[in-house]
Amino acid sequence: MGIFEAILLTVITAATPLVLAAVGELVTERAGVLNLGVEGMMVMGAACAFIATQVTGSPYLGILAGIASGALFSLLFGFLTLTLVANQVATGLALTILGLGVSGMIGEAYVGQSGIKLPQIVFPVLSDIPFLGPLVFKQDLIFYLSIAVVVGVNWFLFRSRAGLKLRSVGDSHASAHALGINVIRMRYLAVMFGGACAGLAGAQLSLVYTPQWVENMSAGRGWIALALVVFASWRPWRVVAGGYLFGAVSISQLHAQAFGIGVPSQFLSALPYLATIVVLILISHNRRTTLINTPASLGKPFVPDR
Amino acid sequence: MKKILFALATTAAVIGFSAAASAADKAKVCFVYVGSKTDGGWTQAHDLGRQELEKALGDKVETQFLENVPEGPDAERAIERLARSGCGLIFTTSFGFMDATVKIAAKFPDVKFEHATGYKTAPNLATYNSRFYEGRYIQGQIAAKISQKGVAGYIASFPIPEVVMGINSFVIGARTINPDFKIKVVWANTWFDPGKEADAAKALIDQGVDVLTQHTDTTAPMQVAAERGIKAFGQASDMVKAGPKTQLTAIVDTWGAYYIKRTQAFIDGKWESTSSWDGLKDGILTMAPYTNMPDDVKALAEATEAKIRSGELKPFTGPLKKQDGSEWLKAGETADDGTLLGMNFYVEGVDDKLPQ
Amino acid sequence: MRIELERRPEVSRLFSLLSPVIALALMMIFGGIMFLLLGKNPITALYSFFIEPLMEVWSLHELAIKAAPLILIGVGLSVCYRSNNWNIGAEGQFIAGAIAGSILPVVFHEWHSPLVLPLMLLLGMLGGALFAGIPAFLKAHLNTNEILTSLMLVYVAQLFLDWLVRGYWRNPGGLNFPETRTFDPVAVLPEMIASGRTHWGFGFAILAAVAIWFMMRYTLKGFEITVLGQSERAGRFAGFSTRKMIWFSMLLSGALAGLAGIAEVSGAIQQLRPVISPGYGFTAIIVAFLGRLNPLGIIVAGLVLALTYLGGEAAQLSLGVSDKVTRVFQGLLLFFVLSCDTLIRYKIKLVWSNLTGTATEGAH
Repeated sequence: MGIFEAILLTVITAATPLVLAAVGELVTERAGVLNLGVEGMMVMGAACAFIATQVTGSPYLGILAGIASGALFSLLFGFLTLTLVANQVATGLALTILGLGVSGMIGEAYVGQSGIKLPQIVFPVLSDIPFLGPLVFKQDLIFYLSIAVVVGVNWFLFRSRAGLKLRSVGDSHASAHALGINVIRMRYLAVMFGGACAGLAGAQLSLVYTPQWVENMSAGRGWIALALVVFASWRPWRVVAGGYLFGAVSISQLHAQAFGIGVPSQFLSALPYLATIVVLILISHNRRTTLINTPASLGKPFVPDR
Repeated sequence: MKKILFALATTAAVIGFSAAASAADKAKVCFVYVGSKTDGGWTQAHDLGRQELEKALGDKVETQFLENVPEGPDAERAIERLARSGCGLIFTTSFGFMDATVKIAAKFPDVKFEHATGYKTAPNLATYNSRFYEGRYIQGQIAAKISQKGVAGYIASFPIPEVVMGINSFVIGARTINPDFKIKVVWANTWFDPGKEADAAKALIDQGVDVLTQHTDTTAPMQVAAERGIKAFGQASDMVKAGPKTQLTAIVDTWGAYYIKRTQAFIDGKWESTSSWDGLKDGILTMAPYTNMPDDVKALAEATEAKIRSGELKPFTGPLKKQDGSEWLKAGETADDGTLLGMNFYVEGVDDKLPQ
Repeated sequence: MRIELERRPEVSRLFSLLSPVIALALMMIFGGIMFLLLGKNPITALYSFFIEPLMEVWSLHELAIKAAPLILIGVGLSVCYRSNNWNIGAEGQFIAGAIAGSILPVVFHEWHSPLVLPLMLLLGMLGGALFAGIPAFLKAHLNTNEILTSLMLVYVAQLFLDWLVRGYWRNPGGLNFPETRTFDPVAVLPEMIASGRTHWGFGFAILAAVAIWFMMRYTLKGFEITVLGQSERAGRFAGFSTRKMIWFSMLLSGALAGLAGIAEVSGAIQQLRPVISPGYGFTAIIVAFLGRLNPLGIIVAGLVLALTYLGGEAAQLSLGVSDKVTRVFQGLLLFFVLSCDTLIRYKIKLVWSNLTGTATEGAH
């Protein structure tokens, strides 16, 4: 295996949780809800996935636990912001505080245990293709899921009736309501989808990326995912591009260090963030296309008049 | 509402007083942690030391701790709270607590303070540290014996003297075995981010190192090394569970010995402000069992450990050159502690540029 | 069972005042149950959380010190959020202000003059404002989303500070440890009251809150902020410029975050170190909303949040609970406060009916 391939493999592992959490949040935001609690849901997913795996011995049940915990946890956010119309920004941040606390509490007994790594699923024949084979056809289930989720979300949002409804809820909840769409229900589902994806991203952290549990192990990745949604101007494939760009720059800077290029490591560490800003500037200069994709009702509460 | 609050307050006050009374004849020893007590690394090692202290001195001592205390004004508040709550001896276990400890120590002359890894002392403020570099020297020798390629990977946290000292000691040890031995350094710019540490480990392995050591706190690099089938060294605690076939040895922080010694002195009224920098011989650090290596390497490691314990061998002894080839120590000359504590240069053989 | 909201004809003054009390009562009940389940005495727990930190003078000072940066940043952010500018990078602006303000005591440490301190504060505000000016410029002129740029710049500021204190600004007498020299007394923000160590940062926070409250309530600028925030179109008809508002609100919040940064460094830490903030810039976002984006409310919210930090420590000591428990407690408290605020604008009705007939509109 060449070094380029090896680097790409590392990039894929680093980018998968970002892509998953970001694409989930993208659906939530497309429905007009801004959930800043991605970090909290992600770390809950990581803790629950790890605990379930240790208890049952099956990382696949761990994945389910991660997804379920993320979705359930997001329900708390949904109840506050959708049913009680509490402020979304503040509730999301409170969700992050709560998630870090709860996950630390339930995970305390599992610190230091060696986890079970999610096995690779090898596609016969395909995995023998030079270069592409080991990168794409010799990966774990969560990687395949991440691709499936992106394809699925893309199809759902732009090709399905329900997706059209979801986008209309996010663009103008008043008109969507007038058309007879159940705005609150749609938003609940979108919030839970976002939570499930963040939980799955967390499961990737504690089952694939580093099969262990330590407190606060998401280490800010939920925030990066949030930024990626904006970066992608709410389009699923751009989330993938952004996530992989971010991952690639982060991994390359480590390699640059190992080569000994003699640039202060702090500057190299800052590169992924700067690169994201620069690319966003380049793609967002056209005001009209940006506006088309931004959900107009983002962050605004909706209360049906009865 | 007021009435209820008042009732609550009085009840709690009564509870509080009774607790204080029963504890009065015990020595109250308190700890301030920068991380979580179950972080699997630095803070956990200190907390294990605290538990050992409780076990060793039994009902002569009562311990308390505050965890996840951020450095800065929060630390000042946390330390002051402990000083006010009747702690007689307070250990502050992170370098970043230094100035906060100095300030509070000046305010509470009757309370004794001990600050880990710092350099500022006062009549009621001692400092303590561990000669981790002694273990790094042994690791370097093992690495040079084990490595086929003559290159080790080193995952470093932040360029502070302690970490630089560790890197140098590792290289010096390795070069006693293989004079051409090299290391590659990656700065993760974190003490604690399993993902990033794993990425750094992968990057180093992909660039051809076949033995890995780390100066960050999680077991993630050990797991990566296990997966890739190379050998690695543990950090702060015995990480053998993360790599039963991978870990060669680990530097284990065993602060308990020091905590027991100092608390006993405190109880006996013999506590004095000191600046202690203990090593392998004092039991403040120990080497995890030497595993996954041939018998001759194990014998070598054990022999080196014994020599360091007896004081016969000091890692920073000349002839040694700095990275640029200039002479640092003449043959037989040993670096003084002052130089080591402020170390900000590499010795020959390090393939990295130190941020100045 | 279903919960329905009915909009009140106007904002309820009664519930504006009552909702925090209800939230606190709910928290007492739930928190009490949580501590009971953990096998701890709930009365001791609640006492240490809410009362103990208020019982001693030194602790009240600590409360003010902890609340000062939260209030100062939160007040600035409230202007941003009211005008629909989503600056979530106050943490970075805080650091930038701290760095800019520290130029004098670190680089020109031999200059002792009464001018040092005022200049430091000015430089701090300037540094914060300039750093916030980056996302402002990008949004106003290049149409780049400020949520992303301001957030990413936080990491850049943190790494830049890290590089500075480990490199050029490292204390030459500090054994190469990563911190700058300690500030000269002329560069230290003095204490406000003789009884403890509360520094003038708290005074600035209160002054800023009152000033911004006045601006929002009585000046044309305040009106402009509110109008543009509610409807860009309406604002344009009134002749207000969105672009100028982006600059105004971002620079203002940046300057206040920068002031918080230099006040914290000069008043409480007296040197720069690799990490100077335990996330004040992010916590202040919660404070801003908890205070309902009203500067006077933000003062209260900042003090309450600071209290939960102090109370959390007290609970760790008196109960031996881990700090995770205190964080859960903090999160729950925020949830209760946020949800009780619903009562101000809405009546909450419980509807006991079956849901048949509403379940036709699926998402799939």
